[in-house]
Amino acid sequence: MSGTIIDKIWDQHVVKAVTEGVDALYIDTHYIHEVTSPQAFTGLNDRGQKVFRPKQTIATADHNVPTVDQHLTIKNELSLNQVNTLIKNCVDHNIELFGIGHEKNGIVHVIGPENGLTLPGMTIVCGDSHTSTHGAFGTIAFGIGTSQVEHVLSTQCLLLGRPKTMRIEVNGKLGKGVEAKDVALYIISQLGTEGATGHFVEFAGTVFENFSMEERMTVCNMSIEMGAKGGLVGIDQTTIDYIKKRIDHLSDKKIKSWKLLNSSSDACFDQVIELEASTITPMITTGTSPDTGINITSNVNSTSRNSDKGLNYMQIEKNEVLIGKSIDYVFIGSCTNGRIEDLRKVAEIAKHRKKADHVTVWIVPGSNQVRNQAIAEGLDVIFKDAGFEFREPGCSACLAMNEDKIPSGALCISTSNRNFEGRQGDGARTILASPITAAAAAIKGEITDPRTYLN
Amino acid sequence: MKTIQSTGVVLAIDNIDTDQIIPAKFLKSTEKSGFGKHLFANWRYKKNGNPNPDFALNMDQHNSSILITGNNFGCGSSREHAAWAISDYGIKAIISSQFADIFKGNALNNDILPIALKSEDVSLLMHQIAQNPKTKIEVNINQQTVEINESNFSFNKGFEIDPLKKKFIVEGIGDLEFLLSIQKEIETFENSHVV
Ligand code: SF4
Repeated sequence: MSGTIIDKIWDQHVVKAVTEGVDALYIDTHYIHEVTSPQAFTGLNDRGQKVFRPKQTIATADHNVPTVDQHLTIKNELSLNQVNTLIKNCVDHNIELFGIGHEKNGIVHVIGPENGLTLPGMTIVCGDSHTSTHGAFGTIAFGIGTSQVEHVLSTQCLLLGRPKTMRIEVNGKLGKGVEAKDVALYIISQLGTEGATGHFVEFAGTVFENFSMEERMTVCNMSIEMGAKGGLVGIDQTTIDYIKKRIDHLSDKKIKSWKLLNSSSDACFDQVIELEASTITPMITTGTSPDTGINITSNVNSTSRNSDKGLNYMQIEKNEVLIGKSIDYVFIGSCTNGRIEDLRKVAEIAKHRKKADHVTVWIVPGSNQVRNQAIAEGLDVIFKDAGFEFREPGCSACLAMNEDKIPSGALCISTSNRNFEGRQGDGARTILASPITAAAAAIKGEITDPRTYLN
Repeated sequence: MKTIQSTGVVLAIDNIDTDQIIPAKFLKSTEKSGFGKHLFANWRYKKNGNPNPDFALNMDQHNSSILITGNNFGCGSSREHAAWAISDYGIKAIISSQFADIFKGNALNNDILPIALKSEDVSLLMHQIAQNPKTKIEVNINQQTVEINESNFSFNKGFEIDPLKKKFIVEGIGDLEFLLSIQKEIETFENSHVV
């Protein structure tokens, strides 16, 4: 079959071509969480409607949840109300919920893949922009608003314009200490936060072929930070091996049909961008937009994407070199970098070392399964010995809707995906980086080239 | 809704993200209403809760329902609370040189018109409003135009809108009504669709 993987999956899901530009698109899997779903259920309830295909919606509580003492009641009344509303809606509408404390609970974009719910060739949506994460499996996955959550709950469909397609190829070999997160921050620094607006992106090239599924998820996660509707990676043996560990009875026929979805060699994309792996280094952001990443050893001037407003907010000078800059907080977690491979890499740096005295370090696993796996491997002990706090799963300081807020004015190195003003708490200043860059900063107490900590 | 006539308020900042439009701490409500007072909260109010007199919306004396803003408006999160806050505040149209995709969809689903003009035209508008904040802007949805006819300034630019979305907005129909009307076709599709 000729064509892009994006077009092929799209075509398989068109229920009706409504006009020349707009399709009614069928949605295979719908994830929901407590923040963006309540108003959608209110819509259904007001119309006296039940969810159309309840088995195709899966719920988790993640944005509001505390990351310590999860067995106790949530203290914040509004957060508690939101989580309880989700529970009630799931009961009333027969939706499976991985609530707080459930062994499968965690951040929505972590639990879908790890439980074998996200599969190739699917259309997947969630009222959350980082739904693009699921694209790592060769799916069309994208974030939607709450009105659209209601549309999916009511009809399992959405009215959508066909997206434009973009292929971003990264070829060559990544240097030592250059992580998937650095690849994501590098691409965004090249494209800008609006560079892929209107497009679905296929990430390809040897770098993505060699990436693990978790590394692919890290980059697909940040598709939205380049403005894309979503991003995906083709389906290969790495994809199949990951899925085989999570679901029983995967037939050869199924695998073959998935692989047929891959872009043909003559597939035509609206845009093609080619990047060279060897030019990518460990990256850190400098401003209040994710496209302000620079090589960690460079001068802030090496990016032109900063605004004066952003630099002022960050209290960073235009010609500053950030290596050696003292930091206050380290946040390791989120749907970008809260998976087991991330925690293993952090542990490698933390082993036999201690954090700098003045730094607070929070490690928040993306799910209970990630947390339990880390404990099984003894990573929790390494973190504890290093003075890192190893917490319970949730979105946590990625968006600071629970108690985990970075204090005003404090500088935080974060493995999350957004460095917007106030994102991690009112007045908090965020520098985005890879897990190993964050871990190195935790030990040294200042921004540090992580390569100096690698053997 | 067919036309919008109003003065304009200018926020000349690029890449305004949804965390600025409505900060996460206000997302704990389970309602759709009441977000207008929190629109741009971190910019609009001082730490003590008083209005920041230097912020554009606080300086706007005309209760403008057209917002003119920098490139890539609405980037970041999918929170529809951003659109609810804008609509609740009373803004009916936003003019920018580009909108982030999810925000654009959310705006249209809440009868807010996201109007993309060339960046030089957006600059022209910003300049004119700085010169004369009383400038009357008319947005005509049927004709897909933004028009100004002042004695010393005239402006008439077309904008794109998906024809189906336009029909829905003009006739007051939503996506949901349409999707519910094709339920039979959805069920037929399901019979032959394998995941
Ligand atoms: S971890 Fe952050 S980006 Fe990911 S879903 Fe949670 S709040 Fe959103």
